[in-house]
Amino acid sequence: MILKKIVFNVNGVAAVRGFSDYVKRDLQLAYRSLGDTVAPLIFFTMVCTLVPLGLSPDTQRLSEVAPSMLWIMALLSTLLSIERIFIHDYEDGSLEQLLIAPQLIEIPILGKIVAHWLVTGLPLTLMSPLLGLMLSLPGSAYPALLLSLAIGTAYLSAVGAVGASLTVSLGRGGLLLPLLVVPLYMPIIIFGTATVTFAVDAMQWLGPLAAMGAMLCAAIALCPLAAAAALRFSSI
Amino acid sequence: MPNDYLISVNDLCFERDSLKLFGDVSLCLSAGEILLLEGPNGCGKTTLLRLLTTLLKPTSGNVYYCGELLDKVRYQYLADMLYIGHQSAIKLALSAEENLTWMAASEGLHEPQMVRDALQRMGLGRVYDLPCHQLSAGQMRRVALSRLALSRCRLWLLDEPLAALDAEGIELIKSCVRKHLDRQGAVILVSHQDLAAGPMRKYDLKENCF
Repeated sequence: MILKKIVFNVNGVAAVRGFSDYVKRDLQLAYRSLGDTVAPLIFFTMVCTLVPLGLSPDTQRLSEVAPSMLWIMALLSTLLSIERIFIHDYEDGSLEQLLIAPQLIEIPILGKIVAHWLVTGLPLTLMSPLLGLMLSLPGSAYPALLLSLAIGTAYLSAVGAVGASLTVSLGRGGLLLPLLVVPLYMPIIIFGTATVTFAVDAMQWLGPLAAMGAMLCAAIALCPLAAAAALRFSSI
Repeated sequence: MPNDYLISVNDLCFERDSLKLFGDVSLCLSAGEILLLEGPNGCGKTTLLRLLTTLLKPTSGNVYYCGELLDKVRYQYLADMLYIGHQSAIKLALSAEENLTWMAASEGLHEPQMVRDALQRMGLGRVYDLPCHQLSAGQMRRVALSRLALSRCRLWLLDEPLAALDAEGIELIKSCVRKHLDRQGAVILVSHQDLAAGPMRKYDLKENCF
């Protein structure tokens, strides 16, 4: 019976519906609470503006630190918003309704991850060239910056969802969530900054980018499963 | 187990953090009946209801749906079951209509007119397009309960559905429940108020709790 249901869900329209419905709904909710949604973006911009003030306005020194600064700030601002993936649904009871829905909950969870990336990772990526300019990032590095952030933030959303699902029942403001996910973020930030630094130094940067792509593929495949298992187990 | 019960529960025990909450709960319910769970605060009524939703797993004991072990027919059961708990799953940023449309879609109902009719019937005709954070507690409860006017599920699990409702609201819910029972549905209810809308069994958890 369960197998039959899984086959039905994977083949049928139900799976696609579950996915697109959740993406649409989360985008709609993000749009309705725009203040919350743009907060990570504002944080990203603000902190990046502080770097030239705190470090030095010297172009040479700024361009040296620009790749790592942009990446660290992107990671931190994603971290700010990661808990939002599930916390509201947990508080208003939507999450328990999802858990007792007669469907595979991994697909809606993937939908929520995609929606989260669309409202945080994507705007952040699109914003990054502007901040790169502010940090005197050399022109040759922009394609690498955009691509690595696009892939990297998607990975951050996917892996963050696992952490968010584990800590959802613990309430807000805990340090546990960053503690859980930052170690998992380490590989992506290593390869992310490597991609941009290689581009700055006019080296071949597709290698680290491909590694990031591979990590993202693995994350997309595994994180919804892990998050679903964690939700079943922790949210009640 | 006899097959003619819609749902039957056999020697159900539940422990939380190795603290026994209740034990040896056995009950059964046929189609067309209401089961009222009674007992003092904290005796585990909501927990029992959540066990029946499969959100929680019992420590021991079995639940049968149509004579089959619940684990075997879980998907079938979940498709036939509607649970409305204390948390109403309402998104405050969305309007009543958007909320109900979403809830109906999760049951596979995709007709906008039905949603509008249901809200009309629940007395929300004038506020259906307001964001829910502008509604009163009673109106929010009505939005959540307007699922009852739509649902085609056979088994309803309702946790304190009448809290915050006015007399008119209670009548509306009663009429929904009556219609549901006529369609051979069944209701398991936790409530401190009377919802006499049909043949009613009562189960008192007082003796089972520790």
